[in-house]
This record gives sequence, structure tokens and C-alpha cells, in this order.
Amino acid sequence: MSAQPATRGRLGVKATARLARGGLSERIGHDKFVYVLAIPVFLILLFFVVIPMVQTAVSSTKGEGFAANYTGFFNGASLSALGLSVGTSLASVVLCGVVGTLLAVLLTRFDFPGRKVLEIFAILPMALPPLIGTVSFVLLYSETGIVPRALHAVLGIDPASTAVSGIVGVLVVHTFTMYPFFYLSVTAGLAGLDSSLESAAANLGAGKLKTWSTVILPMLTPALVSGALLTFMISMASFTAPQLYNVQTLTMQIVSTRTAGAHELAAAQSTILSVVSILFLVAMRWYQGRRIHRSLSKGTQRDRAVSTGAARYVALIGTVILSVVLVAPVLVIVLVSFSVDSSWTTEVLPAQYTLANYVGIFTDPRSLLPINVSVQMSILATLGAVVIGALAAWIISRWKLGGKTLLDLAIMLPWALPGTVIGVNLVTAFNEPNPGNLGLRLVGTLWILPVAYFVRYVPLVFRSTSATLDQLDPSVEEAARNLGASPTRVLRTITLPLVSKGILAGALLAFVDGVGEYVASVVIYPAGFVPMSVAIYNRIYSAEFGAAAAYGTLQIVLILIVLIISKALERDKKDKPGQDAASTALASPVV
Amino acid sequence: MITVQLDNVTKSYGDNPPTVAMDLTIGAGEFFTLLGPSGCGKSTMLRMIAGFLQPSSGVIRFGEKEVTDTPPHKRDTGMVFQNYALFPHMTVAQNVAYGLGIRKVAKAERAARIEKALAQVGLAGYGSRRIDQLSGGQQQRVALARAVVIEPSVLLLDEPLSNLDAKLREETRLQIRQVQREAGITGIYVTHDQAEAMAMSDRIAVLEAGKVHQIAAPREIYHRPATAFVARFIGNSNVLSATVLSVNDDGGVRLKLDGGGELEVPAAPHVEAVAGAGVQVSIRPEQLGFGSAQEGILSGVVKSLEFTGASLNYEVECGPATLTVTVPDSLDAPREGDPVHLVCGRNKAWMVQP
Repeated sequence: MSAQPATRGRLGVKATARLARGGLSERIGHDKFVYVLAIPVFLILLFFVVIPMVQTAVSSTKGEGFAANYTGFFNGASLSALGLSVGTSLASVVLCGVVGTLLAVLLTRFDFPGRKVLEIFAILPMALPPLIGTVSFVLLYSETGIVPRALHAVLGIDPASTAVSGIVGVLVVHTFTMYPFFYLSVTAGLAGLDSSLESAAANLGAGKLKTWSTVILPMLTPALVSGALLTFMISMASFTAPQLYNVQTLTMQIVSTRTAGAHELAAAQSTILSVVSILFLVAMRWYQGRRIHRSLSKGTQRDRAVSTGAARYVALIGTVILSVVLVAPVLVIVLVSFSVDSSWTTEVLPAQYTLANYVGIFTDPRSLLPINVSVQMSILATLGAVVIGALAAWIISRWKLGGKTLLDLAIMLPWALPGTVIGVNLVTAFNEPNPGNLGLRLVGTLWILPVAYFVRYVPLVFRSTSATLDQLDPSVEEAARNLGASPTRVLRTITLPLVSKGILAGALLAFVDGVGEYVASVVIYPAGFVPMSVAIYNRIYSAEFGAAAAYGTLQIVLILIVLIISKALERDKKDKPGQDAASTALASPVV
Repeated sequence: MITVQLDNVTKSYGDNPPTVAMDLTIGAGEFFTLLGPSGCGKSTMLRMIAGFLQPSSGVIRFGEKEVTDTPPHKRDTGMVFQNYALFPHMTVAQNVAYGLGIRKVAKAERAARIEKALAQVGLAGYGSRRIDQLSGGQQQRVALARAVVIEPSVLLLDEPLSNLDAKLREETRLQIRQVQREAGITGIYVTHDQAEAMAMSDRIAVLEAGKVHQIAAPREIYHRPATAFVARFIGNSNVLSATVLSVNDDGGVRLKLDGGGELEVPAAPHVEAVAGAGVQVSIRPEQLGFGSAQEGILSGVVKSLEFTGASLNYEVECGPATLTVTVPDSLDAPREGDPVHLVCGRNKAWMVQP
């Protein structure tokens, strides 16, 4: 008969049963390593991200006092600035939503001449550093820009009536630079959409319109909502477009209030903008955590509708126009970089060309300095971001206790905070030695630049590493443990090699974004060490467009190289294209 | 070869009752299977043995040595994972070499052992391949080679065949058994597939919802199930309620089926049979047949029948219960709607715990 060893225990023959283990030590198991490592990472984030923000909030209650500063905010120009920021952001969301979604549907569902070319050009706006993007629009569409002048020359229209300026200018720049958020998320959404759902709807008798309104749009809702939240957040943070079109948004107000010496009011403005940004970050995390509609099966390629007859010609012409519009900003920067400064006065295009601008920025020590400053400080910041960002990603993916969300928010916080606010926070926190900064004074030193770039771009490395880690099967690490590898050995021989591509992709992005950084730099840069983007602004201010465009071209080339390398890295991974597109969108430069 | 002893090992989350509890000793060199439907706690138990989960209470011993608090990398087990868990950035040979490198095996010996392990699983010459160049079955065999090449004291297998197609499953399960026997490693196997468990195991523990229903050799589990769950989970069975009429001197028990006739069953160790007590009795479909009203234990009507070639499978409605009956095919077999009387030979049914 069957032996029943189970009864032995019940009879209590063996009295070795231990006290029940429970609580912390049990859940931690054998991997306390993660929690030990979490301490320095969290402290660094606390020191450079959280405490500076708190210091700004604290300083907003000083000077004339909390009540006076915030009353000042709600009575003065700040409130209208906040209204303007919210208004332009909402308008940007609508415009980007329409443009991005239409383009995504057009390119995924229809086939027409030039579609492949357009697919590449569609993400070109992401290759524009924020300041350069705005500068190119000023060069193209302002009253003295190429397009109004050309229209005047050919059709005799008054340039003032065709020029883009003010709020419209800001909206045009926003639409152009931010529609990719919608374009990429909707494209990913459509790619992940099981075409049998549409077939099912059609089979049940739904027409095209009905299918779109009842099946496809609801399925795309998550993509549209995350696109909208992202666009709103980045529009709120936008600084360069308002600055060049002189629109007094809240970010502009912060800088001008600070310049005017009202530090406490600027702190109050920053704090309010931080609160809005953090609310959006939380909203976005919450929404992404819900994930309501998802196809149960893998997405399948759907045949594209092929345009025929007259539609083909319309499509062809449309494609050409769209391509020109998309490529023009890059072309104009490259073109102007070869122009002779001050030779371009009233002509449509610059009249004289030279290589002097490039020779100048590379040989003139005064012009070479900004390149050195930006590149070197960005490399320093990237090294820091790689260590902290990659470690944080690993810690969070292995964290089994509570408080995970807190660490996650701490590291994503700088991604949500506008560059202007990060600048103000750092200047406030590291202006003079105090207990909060452990006596560290950074303002006026070169060190404040890498610290700012580190703070702004550590989320990029974090996100990119997290995405790779999420795809790593935990049993692969367990297999290594099982074969005798210690936790550190697993990290070194298994985890690190497998996520290295994710880390590299994030690091490259952090590096180019650091080289092109303008928004925080303009608040914090120390005298004598001008970063490249600030140099571009100064050159434009003194009408040296050629040299400014030469710097800009350099930045564009750098970004293009990084985009190509990142694409190659993604191809090696052989992952779901949707996810890559989404992560690229989230990692894109912040205007 | 060492024994694996699970001494009152339980795992519970929070204040809830344990998700799994076990108390048993697995013999040295034995191939032992944890069998049960998904969610029964079998993988949890395996992960506690491997060291990836800490038991809430109890002691785990490998031989004489207690390993309850030993981290996974110091337990010297070889584990084969359900999804293979091969290192994607290494070649086949590098995967197999990983554990040897950690054990500081000399270069020359390492190469020889890798070659031998790969040959054992039928993958000689595949050493330089990349993992993504292998089929699922080949990947599974690399995982097996990687686990056995370190000559672990215990081989742990977590549903290693569930991602393979039926034919490959049968081939690979033979190979696993062969490799385990040759290496003389104590094997612990987790599966939800009862056919697989029956074919491979020296002994099986049948689990359901964290509870061990029976631990026994495959044939005993099949013919002498301890509980109604085991009877139904292993093969097919009709489990009926009955009342004990009398207990013979030789231990045989005379029963009266509820709503039916009488039948005689052997004594069952798990069931205490005293006259007048209610018991559960399990009758395999192939132990039932059709007969006359006098010898029948139950009467009913044929609800449906299915022809499978060698045999006929019937569903017979007997009052509230529907019974499955398997009989050899014959031309005068009952048809749908026919009234029938079911017969069962002496000592062909078996009492089980409810």
C-alpha cells in the first residue's frame, strides 16, 4: 500500500519545525544586495533632484513671505502667463493630435508614391535640437524669412501678411516638433491592432465609418491619451519657441522674473510649474498602468489601400509638399551655415557662400570653446547618468518591497520638470553652502553644467535600460544562480551584457541632448564657459546667422549619427517595433 | 547521489493558509515527480528546493546537510527551466561551460565534459551555434546538458517539455530519463501532464491546491488512488457514493451503491470501512460492462456513444449521475437511448477518500 509520509508530520514525529519565518527578511530572500545598492542611488537622486526642488519651494516662502509671493503670482503677470502656457499647450495637443494621427493613418493604411520616403522624413523633426528647430522656423517663416520673401518676390504679397509670428509661431513650432509623439504612438497602436478585429466588425455588418468609430478609435485611445499627456507636458515646459517669438509663457516669466532679481517670485512660479508637471507625470504613469484595451493576439500586417488614378497624383503632390516642409528646417540650417554673415539682407536666399563659418568655429579659440564646453560637460553628465540611471533601472526591476513607486517617481521627476525649473532649482540649491547642499557650491563653477545635464537626462538612460530589462526573462538570471553564480557574478556576466545595448542607446541620447541643451543652460551657465546652444543664441542676437547655423549643423549631424546607431541597436534586438517606437518617443529631446 | 528531505516545508503568503505544504523524503537517485493542475503549488515547491523561494516554515535537507538558508548558487542543483532560460548572448558551448567556469574546472577537462554532455543529449558538434539558431527541442536539450554537465547533486526540472510538440515530448522525456540514470543524479520533476508523470517517474506526488493527495509509484497511483481527486486526475474514473454493508474476514468490503446494487471491493488503507458508514468508490470506465438486470449494479439509459476504433466509449445516465463506460467494440453493443444495466467485477472498484 502507498506509504503516506504526509502523516508523519501530522503526528509530530519530527519536532524540528521552525518558527515560521516571515516579514521583511523572508521576502528579501537572499538578494539583499539590491537594497544595499539602492541607498547610494536614492541619496544621489535625493541630493540633486528632490532637495533642490524642495529648496526652491522653501525659498518661494521667503523674501516678502509665502502669502505675498503667491498673491503676487495670482495677481500679477504670472497668472496670465500660466493661462497662456495652458492655452498654448492645449492648442498644441489638438494640433499635434490631428497632424500626428492623420500622418500615422496615412502611412500605415495607404500606399502611394513616395510613402517610404515620407516615412523617414516623418520623424525628422526629432533630429532637430530644440533651439535649432525654432531658429530654423524663424529663418523660414518670419517676416524677414525665406518663405514670406519668396512669396513677395514671386506673387508680390506683403511679407507681413504671410509671416508667422507671436503665439501662432509658437504653435507652428510646437506642432512641427511635437507631432511625432502622436505619430509614433498611433503608428505603434495601429501596428499592434489585430486586423481580424476589423474583419470581425465588417463581418458583423459595420461599415468603414462604424468600424473606425466603434473599434479602431477605442483601441487607439491609450496611444492618443499618452500622446496628449506627453505633448501637453512638453508644451508647458517649452521655452525656446516662446523666447524667440517673444510670447510670455510661464517659463519665460520665470527667467525674466529671475533676471529682474525677484528670486522669491521666480521660485513661486517654478514651484507652481513643478506641481503642474508632477501632476501630469503621475497622471501619465497612472494611465499607462491601466492599459484597458489590448488586442489578445499579436498584431498582424494589414494590406495597405493602394491609391489609384487621380488619387495617385494628388497623393504624389501632397507627398512632395509634405516632404519639403519636413526637410526645409534642416536644409535651411545647413544652407545658412555656408552663408557669409551680413551678406544676407533683403534677398530670398543668402547670396554669398563660404566655408569660413566652419573654419571659424573650429579654429577660433573663442568659438571653439562652446563646443568643448558642451561636449565635455555632456560626456561627464552621461557617465554619471549611465551609472545612476542603469543602476536605478536594475534596482527597480528587482525591487520586491514597497516604496518602488517612490523611487520610480524620484528618477522620472526630472524628466517631467521643465528645463527652466531644473535650472532654477539647481541655482537655488547650490548658490551658497548650506546644510541642504552639504556645503557644496556649484553656481558660477563649470560643475553646474554637468550636474544639470545629468539631472535632465538620467531618466533617458533609466527608461532605455528599464525597457531592455523588462524584456529580460528573469529565469535566465535564475539559471545562472542555479549554476553557481553569485548575485554579483550574475550581474556582471549575464544581466550587464544583455542590457548593454539598452544602456548604450540611452547614453547616446543623453549625450546628444546634453550637447544641444539650452533651456537649463541659459539659466545656470557660468561666466566664461558658454555652452554651444547659448553661443548659438548669442550669435543670432548679434545677427551672426552663419556661425550660429554652423553650430546648429554640427548638432544635427551628431543627432543623426546617434539616431542611426540607435536604429541599428534596435534591429539587433529584434523586438516588438511598437515598443521601440514608443520608447524613442518618450526619450526624445525636450523643447 | 543524495536524498532530498522536505521536513514540513510550507509556503504561505501573509496570514493566509499555506499555498503548499510537504513532508517527504526523496531517495538517492530516485526520479520523483510533483504532479498536479496549474496553481497546485508544485512549482513553488521546486523553487524552494532550488533556493529561489524561502520556505515559510520547515527544513530542506540535501543528504545530511541542511540547505534551508543556503542561497541558490551554493546548493549545487542543476535546474532545467520551462522556457529553457538559455543565455542568449552565448553560444551553445559557452552556455554549457558557464557552470564549469564557476567551478573552476581546468580548460582541457572542461572541453571534454562539454563535448560529452552535448553528445549525451544528441547535440555533438553544435557547440559553436548561437542559441537563436536552434529549434525549441534543441534549446531544451542544451538546457538539459547545461544542467547535468556540472554533475549536480540534484536535478530539478520545471515542466521542461511543455513547450514542445507531442512527438518531441516523448523523445525528450526518454532522453531526460536516460541522462538522469546515467549520471546517477536524484531528479525532481514538475509537470501537469499525468501521462508524462506516469511514463517517467519512480514515484509521484499528486498535489491539488497545495495539498498532497498521494505519494506512490505510478501503477499504484493508477490502480489504488487514495482520493477521489487522484482517481479523476489520473486517467478517467467514475466516483460514486456507497454505504458499507459488511467487512469480510479477509478485509474485503461489501458495499451498496446509493441508488444501485451491491458490489465487493478490496480493503483500502486510506478508507476506514465499518458497517453502515458512507464511502466513495472509484470505478474506472474499462472496469464497467453491460449485463443482465440481476447482475447489474446500476441501471440507466445510453446518452451518447463514441467509436474510437478498438473500443466504444459510452455515457450512461443513471438517475442523477452520468457514468463513463469503455467496452470493446462489438456489433450487438447497445445504442443511443437503449436501457442498459451496468456490471462491475468483484474487487474491480476501489474505495477512495472524498
